[in-house]
Amino acid sequence: MSKPKVGVFGFTGCGGCQLEILNLEDQLLDLLNAVEIVHFTEAVTEHSDTYEIALVEGSVTTKHGVERIKKIGDIAKIIIAIGACAVSGGLNCLKNLYGLEKAKDLVYGDKKDWIDSIEVKPIDEYVKVDYYARGCPPNRFEIVDIVRSLIVGRKPEIPNYPVCIECKRNGNTCVFELGITCLGPISRAGCNSRCPNSVSGCEACRGVIDDPNVNAQKDLLAEYGLTVEDILQEFNLYNACKGKTIEKNKNNQ
Amino acid sequence: MANNLNIEIAPLSRVEGHGDLIINVKDKKIEKLIFRIPESPRFFEAMLVGRKYDEPSHITSRICGICSVAHTCASIKATEKALDVKPSKQTIKLRKLIYHHENVQSNVLHVYFLAAPDFFGVGSVIPLAETHREIVNIALRTKKMANDMVRIIGGRAVHPIRTVVGGFTKLPTEEEMIKMKEMLKLCYTDLEKSLEVLKTLDIPDFKRETEYISISDPVDYALYDGKIKSTDGWEIDDQNYLDKINEKVVQHSTAKHCWASRDAFMVGALARFNNNHDKLTDNAKKYAEELGLKAPCYNTFMNNIAQFVEIVHSVDDSIKLIDEILEEGLDEDKAMAEIKSKAGRGVGVVEAPRGLLIHDYTYNDKGRVEKANLIIPTGMNYANIEKDMHALVPSIIDKSEDEIRLACEMLIRAYDPCVSCSTHFLKVKLINR
Repeated sequence: MSKPKVGVFGFTGCGGCQLEILNLEDQLLDLLNAVEIVHFTEAVTEHSDTYEIALVEGSVTTKHGVERIKKIGDIAKIIIAIGACAVSGGLNCLKNLYGLEKAKDLVYGDKKDWIDSIEVKPIDEYVKVDYYARGCPPNRFEIVDIVRSLIVGRKPEIPNYPVCIECKRNGNTCVFELGITCLGPISRAGCNSRCPNSVSGCEACRGVIDDPNVNAQKDLLAEYGLTVEDILQEFNLYNACKGKTIEKNKNNQ
Repeated sequence: MANNLNIEIAPLSRVEGHGDLIINVKDKKIEKLIFRIPESPRFFEAMLVGRKYDEPSHITSRICGICSVAHTCASIKATEKALDVKPSKQTIKLRKLIYHHENVQSNVLHVYFLAAPDFFGVGSVIPLAETHREIVNIALRTKKMANDMVRIIGGRAVHPIRTVVGGFTKLPTEEEMIKMKEMLKLCYTDLEKSLEVLKTLDIPDFKRETEYISISDPVDYALYDGKIKSTDGWEIDDQNYLDKINEKVVQHSTAKHCWASRDAFMVGALARFNNNHDKLTDNAKKYAEELGLKAPCYNTFMNNIAQFVEIVHSVDDSIKLIDEILEEGLDEDKAMAEIKSKAGRGVGVVEAPRGLLIHDYTYNDKGRVEKANLIIPTGMNYANIEKDMHALVPSIIDKSEDEIRLACEMLIRAYDPCVSCSTHFLKVKLINR
């Protein structure tokens, strides 16, 4: 079997997801042997428009970005969104919350017409995304697992249970005990509860689990006098775009 | 070489972010030269408005994955200044320690992965893994060491968790401190081998004197804290940065341009070296000497060498910091300082790997951000990059098109530009008329 051709693409974001790929130090050279990287501007000069798998980082926030992501959608057979910005719009969506025109006024003043900036959207608003490597930053081992699964033809296993499960497994003291608000009860695991491990509240950078009203750790929330609704209010740091989607869904019901 | 020039490189790779260099040459004269940053602006100054004091460091960390510790620390320092929070000495030492290793990680990434391929005549580190396996392994080992240090102290290599306003949410254990010291000691063999390889590199001979600005401290080779100092002879308190650092919106760039005493200045490892070389450890000074890096150095290409010398300094100084922390004993009671929200303004200035980084926040009495201003190192360098190109291109105009193209790319890359920070990518276009 020939090596799959892979392109790594960056949209609006911090470059941290691509860095997490480079941070695979121990596995990096093996990974580079298993696939053929044909496009990875952050690390490689040569580039080609022939690839089967696209790893996309960042959100779409410009008109030019819309054209680029659509072109990738036309070429790639499989698209993997890496990181919160690509998956849900991530932190970039705070711009939408603030208001696009207001933000342009504030930062660029009377020169704002020089700036190409549109409402922030995750990439799946423009192209079909096959797999999501969630998180800010994403779990680099999950990226490897998704790519490896594709190569051997199995379905990657992405957790659909709350961070609390991992946190308990790690033997952490619940941060609610320490008076810290934590989104762990509704947030998707897969990060090995890295924020609670560091005595910090989960910020839901991997988004919410499917159907939080069924799957959340409601007992735990009740213990601290909270409901799923209460905690969804806190859910806007990485999920302001998707948060709106959740609102939209609720209003439609 | 013809009198007119038509080269287009799009995009310029192995930099972090997205931009164009446009040069029109007619009859061997530059008619037009602009370094354009067309990439998507992020609007962090707007995102911060209304956020509670414990959030800006998490938000601004996301400006840049490569220098997330720098943004986190600049943000924390600005907030602590505004709210009058006094972190413990232990906290400052641990911050300096984590800070060193983001700088090591970033400098390794740039020197070995992004810049080195040019010197070996290849397009990326991937072919180097075939031809120069040992140096690639050295780079991977050193990078992993630095990332592991950031993981141990910060809880995560990219976007640290434990570094917060007031101190640390969790301290490393004594065992982890001892382990880190062992990891650091193991680096020296690799650093010596790297030194031998770097000595053989043919660094382009280029000279253009400019203003070099960095923070500076009477004792430390300043990365985490200090006054703002210029080679043009001035030094100011970091809270008063606006007295000297000016910023303007320019049409061809979503990143603003900056100037101080003159029309452009340089920040980054070379600026730090020019201002603070005498504060380097003796060992780092020895490396600098062996590599022909001597202050004042006006060759932008030597920024790569200054970055390597800083790696040596950071390893040396980290061992010293760990010894001090262990001797004093890690104290949980000193992990977090008391925080009370109040109205006020604070400025946090640090040296990000790419240079001076400024966060300036104004809080209201509810402890929420009213106004934020962020000045980013790559943004400060843009005007200087244009000036350098104006000097470089005429000096090599008789070379082949490929050579000119490579030299321009290498010069921009020498700055280690992080366009995500300043907004975002890089394409080089040399346009014929």
